[in-house]
Amino acid sequence: MKAGTLRQILLITDGCSNHGEEPSAMAELAREQGITINVIGVMENDVIDEKGLKEIEKIAGSGGGVSQVVYSQQLSQTVQMVTQKAMTQTIQGVINRELQQILGDSKTMEDLPPDKRGEVMEVVDELGETSKLEVLILVDTSASMKHKLPTVKDSLLDLSLSMNARMGDSRFSVFVFPGKRNDVEKLLDWTPNLEALTATFPKLSTGGLTPTGPAIREALTHFNKKRSLRGLLSHDDEQYFEESM
Amino acid sequence: MMMNNTLRNQCKLLPGSLVTGKWNKNQYKIIKELGCGANGIVYLVESGNRHYALKLSDNGTSIISEMNILKSFSKVQGSTLGPSFLEADDFMKTGKQLPFYVMEYIHGHDFLRFIDKKGSSWIGVLMLQLLTSLSALHSNGWVFGDLKPENLIVTSPAYKVRCVDVGGTTLIGRSVKEFTEFFDRGYWGLGSRKADPQYDLFAVAMIIINSAYPGRFQKKGEGYKQLNDLIKQKKELHPYRKMLDRSLRGQYDSAIQMREDLVTVLSKQNHSKKKGPNQTATGQQQTVQPSTRQARRSQNQSKKKSGGFFETFLLVAIISMLYVLYIYEQLL
Repeated sequence: MKAGTLRQILLITDGCSNHGEEPSAMAELAREQGITINVIGVMENDVIDEKGLKEIEKIAGSGGGVSQVVYSQQLSQTVQMVTQKAMTQTIQGVINRELQQILGDSKTMEDLPPDKRGEVMEVVDELGETSKLEVLILVDTSASMKHKLPTVKDSLLDLSLSMNARMGDSRFSVFVFPGKRNDVEKLLDWTPNLEALTATFPKLSTGGLTPTGPAIREALTHFNKKRSLRGLLSHDDEQYFEESM
Repeated sequence: MMMNNTLRNQCKLLPGSLVTGKWNKNQYKIIKELGCGANGIVYLVESGNRHYALKLSDNGTSIISEMNILKSFSKVQGSTLGPSFLEADDFMKTGKQLPFYVMEYIHGHDFLRFIDKKGSSWIGVLMLQLLTSLSALHSNGWVFGDLKPENLIVTSPAYKVRCVDVGGTTLIGRSVKEFTEFFDRGYWGLGSRKADPQYDLFAVAMIIINSAYPGRFQKKGEGYKQLNDLIKQKKELHPYRKMLDRSLRGQYDSAIQMREDLVTVLSKQNHSKKKGPNQTATGQQQTVQPSTRQARRSQNQSKKKSGGFFETFLLVAIISMLYVLYIYEQLL
């Protein structure tokens, strides 16, 4: 089995969207394109209200990813854990589909005896280690996030440290919303190293609106653009994970 | 937080309840809960009059990875670092399938409590043991990963250091996925999270530093400088300074190499202990009144000055006595 590319959007926010399209609809759109959406809700002393919490869960649910609400002190660990978990989840999803084809309908890993499951899990771990990974990080910079941004920056550096330790290549891209002029603004184009963030992150101005939905939609086109551009240069090098299995 | 709650509810079992495997049909009686981790609860169980540890989880993925690690641990010859693996199975609880595995029950004190009771002089000895075990693990191609005092248990009656949580164990060359920031060289900006022997040796250094700073501390500014400053500030860490520095910077090729340096440090320490009457005395008291060792240590430090005066006084007294004897002899 050959490792392909795992594509994820990591949304870091602290509350509800209040502008533009419904975020979970956009998350559904992402999933259709083979892109997983993970959501981390960051709390400080304040607590995320019921509505915000529901939205966070809903986006990750529609986006086929993982959601977690944390205090900002635990952000580094959580970012790493959520990314890792979503990777395993995606790979497992693919493997489960394969298993269904081999073993017949409604059979998943859980239906195998523990020893066999262990063997399958070894393959999952192996793929998690060797797959290419692309994470587009989408940071909410609305006013209430302002003093959490230094912590967000640290946790993203930490994420690149963890992911770059893998055998497979990892690439990151960072977008913030709301942007200066548009709903969303690109901060960093695809790069294996997030060190460049250190210069740009502190200068961010924070705005009032929270256009989560439009931000996700924009993020998706960034994946697509890159894909079509690359498609011209190299042919089937950059396929979706499912296709390369 | 939310995950832990659902995990607690689903995996909660009362003492006396029975866990029967779906596949192998073995039965285990719950005696008590031993601990609760991020991905499961570990119980002390009984089966056929023997005690085991049983880990029950609602998350099949992580528990199976752990099971794989434990299995390959048992293949590592002569390694007694982790618990030995017995079997894996599924437990059907009210229609839901909960995977579990059974392993050897390692009985003993957790590392920090042991040091607290028996005195900090045990740290060096236990680290020697740990380095020997790590060396065996490394030469088999594995790195322990999540090395920290909480994962270490000191068994008795023969004091042996063992590891209980093998969830962070990683093949050399792959990425370490389970770690604890304080013991992780990536967090301190002193290296990657790619598994190599130096990753574990860094954690060993941090365990020694942790023993002098039980409350731990967070990273502020440049990691290496901060750690160095904090090592300088603690007298009890001074003998280890060179060794700590080398392992923090990843300069040891192997666990054995670091162990050799530690042996040198410890033998020097014993030497100086013999010279100072003060220290040997506390060493002996240790076995009598172990729990107050830490308090006594700080007292010792504050009394250092007055101890110096006392020594001078004693020296003067002895010399004068010898002189008196000499004069007396001369007079005769």
